[in-house]
Amino acid sequence: MHLILFLVFAGFCLGGAINLLIQSHPINSALSLIVVMVSLAVLYLLLGAEFLAAAQVIVYAGAIMVLFTFVVMLLNAGREARTMGSRAARSIGFPAVVAILAVIATVILHAQSLGVARLSDGLTNVPGQTNIELLSTVLFTKLLLPFEVTSVLILIAILGAVALARHDDTDPQGSAERTDK
Amino acid sequence: MTILQFFLWSLLKVAVVTVVMLLGVAYTVLLERKLVGRIQNRWGPSRVGPFGLLQPLVDGAKSFLKEDIIPTGVYRPLYLLAPILALGCALISIGVVPFGAPNIGPGPLDLFEIANVNVGLLVILGVTSIGVYGIALAGWSSNNKYSLLGALRSSAQLVSYELALGLSLVGVVLRAGSLNLRVIVEQQATNGMLSWNLFGGMQFVAFFIYLMAAYAETNRSPFDLPEAESELTGGYHTEYSSMKFAMFFMAEYGNMITVGCVATLLFLGGWTNPFGNLFGTSNNILVRALFPLFWFVLKVFSFLFLYVWVRGTLPRFRYDQLMNYGWRWLMPLAILNIVATSLWLAYR
Repeated sequence: MHLILFLVFAGFCLGGAINLLIQSHPINSALSLIVVMVSLAVLYLLLGAEFLAAAQVIVYAGAIMVLFTFVVMLLNAGREARTMGSRAARSIGFPAVVAILAVIATVILHAQSLGVARLSDGLTNVPGQTNIELLSTVLFTKLLLPFEVTSVLILIAILGAVALARHDDTDPQGSAERTDK
Repeated sequence: MTILQFFLWSLLKVAVVTVVMLLGVAYTVLLERKLVGRIQNRWGPSRVGPFGLLQPLVDGAKSFLKEDIIPTGVYRPLYLLAPILALGCALISIGVVPFGAPNIGPGPLDLFEIANVNVGLLVILGVTSIGVYGIALAGWSSNNKYSLLGALRSSAQLVSYELALGLSLVGVVLRAGSLNLRVIVEQQATNGMLSWNLFGGMQFVAFFIYLMAAYAETNRSPFDLPEAESELTGGYHTEYSSMKFAMFFMAEYGNMITVGCVATLLFLGGWTNPFGNLFGTSNNILVRALFPLFWFVLKVFSFLFLYVWVRGTLPRFRYDQLMNYGWRWLMPLAILNIVATSLWLAYR
């Protein structure tokens, strides 16, 4: 049962990712990316990480991708011209991609510190313990410093966005002139 | 329980809940038309059946029989996908809502909930956030400026108010210590109405924020800017006709019911008795099964009643007012509520 679901959603995931590259219209690419995100969430669920799955759907599929589609809709981005790239890019590029992916896969498979995860196994073996508790314990004890630093990083990003988007209020005369024109 | 038994039971539960949900949607529409009618001193639908009770069925038949017009300039795949997405998401989230007492039914079966999920609350939030795409894609693919404006307004509004909505629920989750909806309800069940999160739990600020954000999330008055008739003709569903329009309509009312269910579970004690154990408990299986259902439906009904009442009373917000209200008032208030709740829990 788990294996069938895994195969189906891994297929969705790969199909969505390939479709994302093939489509020439931005909104189709954005929608393919949503399919990828949601299938990834299902894969997390199969590994017993239900909190991660829900967070994946809410944050990535529900919030970030809405902004993507929002921007595509607002700018009314049109169809892109299809180019196949140069011959050199094609003849070197595809083998290079295959080689890099193979190296990454080998490294991950041989890394000793990563444990083995089985489908249908939960993250925790203690009965009654949910993986939210597990996750928050790790986040607030072992990984407290990286966690807090990340939140400060996001705060800086927000402040940067506000600073960029802010109107220049120091020169009221000038802004009044601009609105008049 | 074998896999086959589990599968058949689940199928049965899904079928029954879907039918009840669709009937609920149909009769919520009637409730709204009747109530708004009375608020405006007229009768509302009264011709079809006694008190107009058969009106929803006739309306449904009408939507099926109307001509289905697809304008030439639309982007077809997304134009067709959008209503399915909207209605699908509206119906899916009811799957994790527990609407009756647990431990009734043969063996380990949970008769009054389709799926008891550990992160039930997050599932509802996630499905709701996917539902935005139905509206956004409908507006974009219609190739119509009114539709596009409606869709843009709607996406901006949903993203803004989802934040306040999510944060308002944190207080309740902190108190229960779980995201499982059954656990959240059982935590409020000890003393009837006095231990509801709304009263005994001191979460009335959170309830207020949730109420406001829920109205905005379901595009209902006074936050119904995405379909403001006087400015946008119909908003995101301007170009839709026949059953496709009806699907958007049903999605909106389905979302209202879901939001009402969540409010009931999180703030009003779910299926539990508001009087606690004042009148004693019964051992009769029928009483133990039916009374929780009655209380649950009554609570959701009063929430829907409030919805319609607000629609009949308040005028529509202006767009900048909407954004200011969401970002400058509701969100800081929600964060303050979280801080206050955490301090109280830590102190105790």
